[in-house]
Amino acid sequence: MNIIEVRGLSKRFNGFTAVDNISFEVKQGEIFAFLGPNGAGKSTTIKMLTTLLHPTSGHMLLNGHNPVTDSAQVRRSFGIVFQDFSLDDELTAYENMEFHGVLYKMPPKVRRERIEQLLKLVDLWDRRNNLVKKFSGGMKRRLEIARGLLHHPKIFFLDEPTLGLDPQTRTHIWDYIKHLNQTEGITIFFTTHYMEEAEKVAQRIAIIDHGKIVAIGTPVELKALTNTHSVEEAFLSLTGKTIRDEEANNVDAMRIRRRMWHR
Amino acid sequence: MQTIYILWLRQLKRYLRSKSRIIGALGQPLLFLLALGYGFGPIFQKAGQGNYINYLAPGIIGMSIIFTSIFSGMEIIWDRQFGFLKETLVAPVSRFNIMLGRTLGGATVATLQGIIVLGISFIAGFRPHGWHLIIPAILVMFLISLLFTALGTMIASLLDDMQGFQLIINFLVMPLFFLSGALFPLQGLPAAMLTVAKLDPLSYGIDALKALLLGISHFALATDLAVLAVITFIFLSLGSYFFSKIQL
Repeated sequence: MNIIEVRGLSKRFNGFTAVDNISFEVKQGEIFAFLGPNGAGKSTTIKMLTTLLHPTSGHMLLNGHNPVTDSAQVRRSFGIVFQDFSLDDELTAYENMEFHGVLYKMPPKVRRERIEQLLKLVDLWDRRNNLVKKFSGGMKRRLEIARGLLHHPKIFFLDEPTLGLDPQTRTHIWDYIKHLNQTEGITIFFTTHYMEEAEKVAQRIAIIDHGKIVAIGTPVELKALTNTHSVEEAFLSLTGKTIRDEEANNVDAMRIRRRMWHR
Repeated sequence: MQTIYILWLRQLKRYLRSKSRIIGALGQPLLFLLALGYGFGPIFQKAGQGNYINYLAPGIIGMSIIFTSIFSGMEIIWDRQFGFLKETLVAPVSRFNIMLGRTLGGATVATLQGIIVLGISFIAGFRPHGWHLIIPAILVMFLISLLFTALGTMIASLLDDMQGFQLIINFLVMPLFFLSGALFPLQGLPAAMLTVAKLDPLSYGIDALKALLLGISHFALATDLAVLAVITFIFLSLGSYFFSKIQL
């Protein structure tokens, strides 16, 4: 069964085509990697799938629901870890979890049990009453993963979840994710710039460039297609070696200012 | 309902936890109250208008409220790209409830800030005309807070980043404050300036506070309350409309 179906999806911003007529599907319980150079259209696609952005044209189905017309059902079906940290620094780990549980209208008893279970899973139960602003990047990510899973989503989106983390933390994070995929049968949809992570974790990979999907298949198929020995080589062979200079937008500018404010 | 409550609670927790913000936001009203209050006091007295600290206190309360409210509303710009807003926008909750919870939270924070300034003005020598009118005055403070937090939310929904923030402070908040009759009586103003003051919602807020705390009023309390209520309703509607249009 396909838990995600995308047909002819496009998104244009003022004449610029960010996503250009893409189609793909993700099977239930699959670990699916969505790879591409900067500005290829990864984040735009995720935003459309997660109801944050309306497509210019095309169709999508998530867990059988349309993100445009049936956003409430779609929102209940997925959990997400955004590229930027989206925790409230002034709240504790537990309060962040509780906030999420209330927004997703979980009954209090179920909410408390699930929060305890997930915080223990990501080894943050002992730190539950600490303010998030005291947390390291890795701890924040682990908390966001726990939070995204709180409401028992069927699909879990992770947009560059391991960006800027040390190899130990990265290994840990992928262990949690694989564990959840196996024990709870959650479908995983992730993006990353670390090709070896995609090769190790993903069952199928889609490569997107200039808004179009250029290849899709298992790591073995991609390597065979390009006649290479690793996903990284396959990726470079498919997308070329030119460096992509994404124009800095307001968000990037704010990201930089925020870093200066907080350090 | 629970959604609105948890968003309100979050604003309140954030406020109570940032001691530096509470103290920082008190600096400006305190300076105005002391420097202007004691500085112009003797002249005001000579002009036969009575005690200037008494006259000024409601205006300074209004000032701390408008600054805190607009700032709370505009905090959405930060949240919009990073913090909680993304998290709340993908949750199965209506945008209207998110906007309402945040706005009520911001308004509560601004009211608390106004109450602190009221307390400080007591220390500076302010004496209300009747102590039993303190509670109605606090309700009016909440209404003013709601109006300007909704305005802040509306502006934040239309701006992309914090670049415009300084512009809003200098070309919107400062004029709203200075032209509202917070610092001087509206009686006997040049016609043009009186017209501007009549278009400024804060004028009615401060007039209502003066009616309750000092027993003097330019527009009459009923007019003040009616104008504040109508404008609050308009800003809340526009705010939630623009907020619902945000795409990330």
